[in-house]
Amino acid sequence: MTATDPEFVADCIRRILAGEKHVFHELIRPCERSIYFLLFSILKSETEAEDVAQETVIKVYQNLDKFRGDSQFRTWVLSIARNEGLGRLRKITNRREDSLDAETDEQTGDYTPAILTSWREIPAEALEQKELGNLLRKAIEGLPEIYRNVVLLRDIEELDIRESAAVLKISEASVKVRLHRARALLQRELAPLLKAFTPAKRRWFGGRT
Amino acid sequence: MRIDCKHVWEHISAYIENDVDPQLRADIDRHLETCEICSAVLDSTRNVVILMADDRVFEVPAGFSERLHARIDRELKEPTDPKP
Ligand SMILES: [Zn+2]
Repeated sequence: MTATDPEFVADCIRRILAGEKHVFHELIRPCERSIYFLLFSILKSETEAEDVAQETVIKVYQNLDKFRGDSQFRTWVLSIARNEGLGRLRKITNRREDSLDAETDEQTGDYTPAILTSWREIPAEALEQKELGNLLRKAIEGLPEIYRNVVLLRDIEELDIRESAAVLKISEASVKVRLHRARALLQRELAPLLKAFTPAKRRWFGGRT
Repeated sequence: MRIDCKHVWEHISAYIENDVDPQLRADIDRHLETCEICSAVLDSTRNVVILMADDRVFEVPAGFSERLHARIDRELKEPTDPKP
């Protein structure tokens, strides 16, 4: 992707700092979806997420000269978004800072999958049915926050493990543990429900052999 | 090496990520050949991961981008003081 290419980013920043301010629109565009969803994952509110997304991009603009290029631009932007999001969360809930990171990887739980003896693939076209999207969203939104954030970055916005770790300021090993647990929790909750969306068998072809 | 179902489940996420060493991958593959439960657990987990990544599942609110860029335009025209 050219839009996240370090050279594209460096070139944009050079031009913006030299006075071509409007270039900032193009620089931030590839990141805006990820900013919104990370904030939605943290704040669980569309209006709060949108409001903080706007504050985040303004902050990015004002601090553009501080971007060093030693990390990916998107990682840097999402780190700012996460800070802004946690700041807003503190304001809303009056929670103390340390309690926000209280959920740790040590907590044990049951991550046994739903036991199935067969699985028929549900194709992406099934998402034309609104109920399927609703089920997936509800399951993801219902995950504990530390798992929700990882799923959001890795599985939904498709950052790699290293980038996800950098944004969340945790180790890559922690990302993997959380991702594993999140996927196990989702499989357990969703597999029994998703079966209803299996495409109908095409009996006129005589079934599978 | 023979591995049991629980052992396979522990590595499902890493297996999907292609982040298991070749020996373990071979052990898991051999287990999958004969275990319909682990095959179904793996396939359903991978199916969930693929469906989640579809852009239709999570969508930004209507007008989000327009409002964001309008806000940026205001900042470009009349810069506000940076907040601490
Ligand atoms: Zn098995």
